[in-house]
Amino acid sequence: MEGIFWWVIFPYLTLAIMIIGSIYRFAYGQLSWVAPSTEFFEKKWLKIGSPLFHYGLLFAIIGHIMGVFIPIEFYHWMGVSDHLYHIGAIYGGGLAGLMVVVGAIILLIRKMTIDRVRVHATFADFFSVISLIIVAGIGVYMTLVYNLTVVEYEYRLTIGPWFRSLFTFNPQYELMLGVPFIFKLHVITGFALFASVPFTKLVHFYSVPVHYLGRSPQQYRSRVGYKRRGLE
Amino acid sequence: MRIKAQVSMVMHLDKCIGCHTCSVTCKSTWTNRPGTEYMWFNNVETRPGPGYPKQWEDQDRYKGGWEYKDGKLRLRAGGPLSKLKNIFYNPNMGTLDDYYEPWTYDYENLIKSEKSEHLPVARPQSMITGKYIDKPEWGSNWDDDLAGGSEIVPMDPNVQELQEHIAMEYEKTFMMYLPRICEHCLNPSCVASCPSGALYKRDEDGIVLVDQEECRGWRFCMNGCPYNKVYYNWNTHKAEKCNFCYPRTEAGLPTICSETCVGRIRYIGVVLYDADKVKEAASVEDPQDLYEAQLDCFLDPFDPEVIAEAEKQGINNEWIKGAQDSPVYKMAMKWKIALPLHPEYRTMPMVWYVPPLSPIMNHVTNEQELNTDGYIPAIDQMRIPVEYLASLLSAGDTEVIRKVLLKLTAMRVHMRSINVGGIDPLNESKLLDEAGMSVEDIEDMARLLGVAKYDERFVIPTGRREMDDDLHYEQGACSIEDLAPPEGMVTYPFERGS
Ligand code: SF4
Ligand code: SF4
Repeated sequence: MEGIFWWVIFPYLTLAIMIIGSIYRFAYGQLSWVAPSTEFFEKKWLKIGSPLFHYGLLFAIIGHIMGVFIPIEFYHWMGVSDHLYHIGAIYGGGLAGLMVVVGAIILLIRKMTIDRVRVHATFADFFSVISLIIVAGIGVYMTLVYNLTVVEYEYRLTIGPWFRSLFTFNPQYELMLGVPFIFKLHVITGFALFASVPFTKLVHFYSVPVHYLGRSPQQYRSRVGYKRRGLE
Repeated sequence: MRIKAQVSMVMHLDKCIGCHTCSVTCKSTWTNRPGTEYMWFNNVETRPGPGYPKQWEDQDRYKGGWEYKDGKLRLRAGGPLSKLKNIFYNPNMGTLDDYYEPWTYDYENLIKSEKSEHLPVARPQSMITGKYIDKPEWGSNWDDDLAGGSEIVPMDPNVQELQEHIAMEYEKTFMMYLPRICEHCLNPSCVASCPSGALYKRDEDGIVLVDQEECRGWRFCMNGCPYNKVYYNWNTHKAEKCNFCYPRTEAGLPTICSETCVGRIRYIGVVLYDADKVKEAASVEDPQDLYEAQLDCFLDPFDPEVIAEAEKQGINNEWIKGAQDSPVYKMAMKWKIALPLHPEYRTMPMVWYVPPLSPIMNHVTNEQELNTDGYIPAIDQMRIPVEYLASLLSAGDTEVIRKVLLKLTAMRVHMRSINVGGIDPLNESKLLDEAGMSVEDIEDMARLLGVAKYDERFVIPTGRREMDDDLHYEQGACSIEDLAPPEGMVTYPFERGS
């Protein structure tokens, strides 16, 4: 019963909050849809913390796609041995995770100590940074400490297939029951973080402006007939 | 030919008295909300001086505008790929300290303090952190009227470029005012710098605006604009800039800065240009050719072909008439006495400046005896070095400045001979020849620069409402309703807690 809650109800619930909440905010909250930078107030620490954190996160996302989205069979078919995969995952993933954690800690300290930044930081801002540190911290612990000292855990046989089964609406929660606690915790805190996205500044990750690469430099717009993004 | 209309401005610097009325009325109209305290869509700088934000002309630092390199026009700060790479940290953008930390005064203390031996004071209090500031050290016009003199003047990037030494002794030095707003450029680098595509140039009147809903706060526009005229609102985390008071211009009224300008230095009018020519014109190799190239983009509003084509492309009669009566067309394109600010940034700015003449003529002792040969060297002895003006207004080409000053001088001499007399007619006509101006033009010019009334200074056709689809709905609506916090909403950090 508990298994069904944590591995079926909870993930669907959090994802639903994230998706519906984000759509709602996109439709009605365009004015608050931003990457709320404080670079204007402070540049020195941001220069170190922000790229470290964001690039680390980017690598970590790629790593999660490789580990959870791509089935183990694909690696076997490619001829990548399990050992080779784990070396890559542990060192690559570990590095990315460390970047995220260190970067976020720098940003958090900056947020707490620099007056101009602190007074404008909201509860949601602190919540996002601290929860990211927790989720990423657990991730780093599993990757570097657990994998190297306890056992190279093969999540591609349990967490991976379970995660994919969520998207085929046939959740195989049994797969998660025997997963080591620390991995479970990473998954649960991760999903909780997803649910918080629409309520925090994290929404800006949807808006990575890739279309900038293909558009013409000058933009003309008529006073009338422009199609707005939001619903308001 | 893609004809577009542009509403633009001329400022006649001779008449600016540096009163800052324009800045204050602009501020109380547009930037009196939390997050905008440090913004001055209109500011008036004393030159020579570092300006606001400090040293905004130092493009080695801010990397604003365009550069022409290897046969291509590109953003100085780097194209889209390098922007995406730097999206987590923009190395070139300034911080609050380059502008200034806005402050208010703790007035409450004057009323609430206990009875004491000494008078209570209202201490300065930061509008960013709410903390007391012991000693404010910089502001948007801290160096007004050369305050700080020899310490601050050398911070002016134009002075640093200048070969000759600038005398700072009181009797020898010079000074001028430079009021600045967004230039509403023909080739705006702020627009090209925006990853979200939130900045755009309006088809109908060329006004450059930030879509407050689409801005995601990436901040590349801030330093992408070489004039540093896009500001970051720390409260909404979105970019804001001068909007040429579009709600007013759409109604045929001048911008608030122009309306209230005490020196009546400002002129507003429409010009027609060919949008297809802009990129080519911005890509001429030699920066000193940019001014001419920009002039080539403008169309003659009296040319029947231009009129026919403009009508075909949906520009209505009122706007064509506006372009014909435009004071900007006369000053910038016909008489060529108004020049663009820093054309070398290649954004094709559309606020034009008539360089100041007054302090110069003080050197000419007996004007009656001067012949043409005398006036031209006199221009070079002017108090404001021609090189300094050239560095501001013509990418360093002193010939351009000399020509303008000669025209203004010819105008003075001619008007003097009419009103006071005593000027040798031969000399006068030689001077007019040299300046390349006819008597009619000169008198027309004198009228426009000297005595023109409201209707001549501001020729603004009303916005074309006929194409709006929802006029009934818009009637009485406020276009910035969502942006302006409701009356009494408490948003300051120091008010939040206490
Ligand atoms: S002056 Fe105005 S239009 Fe030109 S680049 Fe700057 S913000 Fe854009
Ligand atoms: S109001 Fe006019 S005269 Fe006064 S500072 Fe502004 S531009 Fe100059």
